[in-house]
Amino acid sequence: MHELALTQSILNIALTEATVHRANRVLKINIKVGVLSGILPELVQEYFNIVSCGTAAEQALLLIEKMPARISCFDCGAHGITESYIFTCPACNSSHISLLEGREFYVDSLEIE
Amino acid sequence: MEIKVIRQIMEWNEDCSAEIKELLKKNSVLMVNIMGSPGAGKTSLIIELAARLKPSFRVGVIEGDVAGQIDALRIAKLNLPVVQLNTAGACHIEAMSIKHILPYFDLQQVDVLFVENIGNLVCPAEFNIGEDLRLALLSIPEGDDKVEKYPLMFSVADALVIHKYDMKTYFAFDDIMVEAQTKAINPLVNVFRASIIQGDGLAELATWLGAKITAKNIMQNS
Repeated sequence: MHELALTQSILNIALTEATVHRANRVLKINIKVGVLSGILPELVQEYFNIVSCGTAAEQALLLIEKMPARISCFDCGAHGITESYIFTCPACNSSHISLLEGREFYVDSLEIE
Repeated sequence: MEIKVIRQIMEWNEDCSAEIKELLKKNSVLMVNIMGSPGAGKTSLIIELAARLKPSFRVGVIEGDVAGQIDALRIAKLNLPVVQLNTAGACHIEAMSIKHILPYFDLQQVDVLFVENIGNLVCPAEFNIGEDLRLALLSIPEGDDKVEKYPLMFSVADALVIHKYDMKTYFAFDDIMVEAQTKAINPLVNVFRASIIQGDGLAELATWLGAKITAKNIMQNS
């Protein structure tokens, strides 16, 4: 949800970082998205093409890496990847687990020139 | 040239949410974000809980709605500080709106601040507003398939309130299944079954909240 507002935020981050590093253009934006974040990556690139028009990040490529939901189990100590929204330990099926990764949504790095 | 950035894309909301958390901590105010569908009984539950907590704690309320003042007027009858927040079309409350509303309260004189979010099972769960606790309401007439259909809100809630429990006689609502599904995605969730008409579960919920309010007070004063 709210991908347009989020895309605007991605653009702002890219442009402020580009200014800080005295770059002329932003070529690539690497983004990490957890599978439980509720973000639809397909929409983000489409919106980005629109909002970045006329900016230093125009035509930048968004590389969106999806991150799986990683858990650790309090009962058996296993670490593993669980299916989205099925929060049980893949090893012992316990639901006494903690979520380590899967809700991320951040700009990881930029390629600039 | 590649540069490392690592900046949260929702930083505009997260930074503001952190600021609110700090302010509330300084003033020992517990903020409770009440979420659920339109008609789930959020306002009525706040009124009941406020009445039960009032003898021991100082209660304030922020009423979020797309438009109108109806809910704030209902709450004002209890003689509590209440502010109506109109989102003018937006489907959720963001931290910035809460930040702008907090100056209307004398936070030194508030122990618990209820925030009634916009009636919606999706968007409110995506935006932190600086709250300590999230209550997700699911009322019996809405149907028992909501946890499966709208998992995010139920996965981030500290408590699930299965509301209008007196209606269970009239609906094929499998509350055992709803509890199990919620615990599968949110193992530490507290589940309450509440009815304002018959009074079920309200004392239990008020006691649970009272303990949380006291804990926040002690934490700040120790």
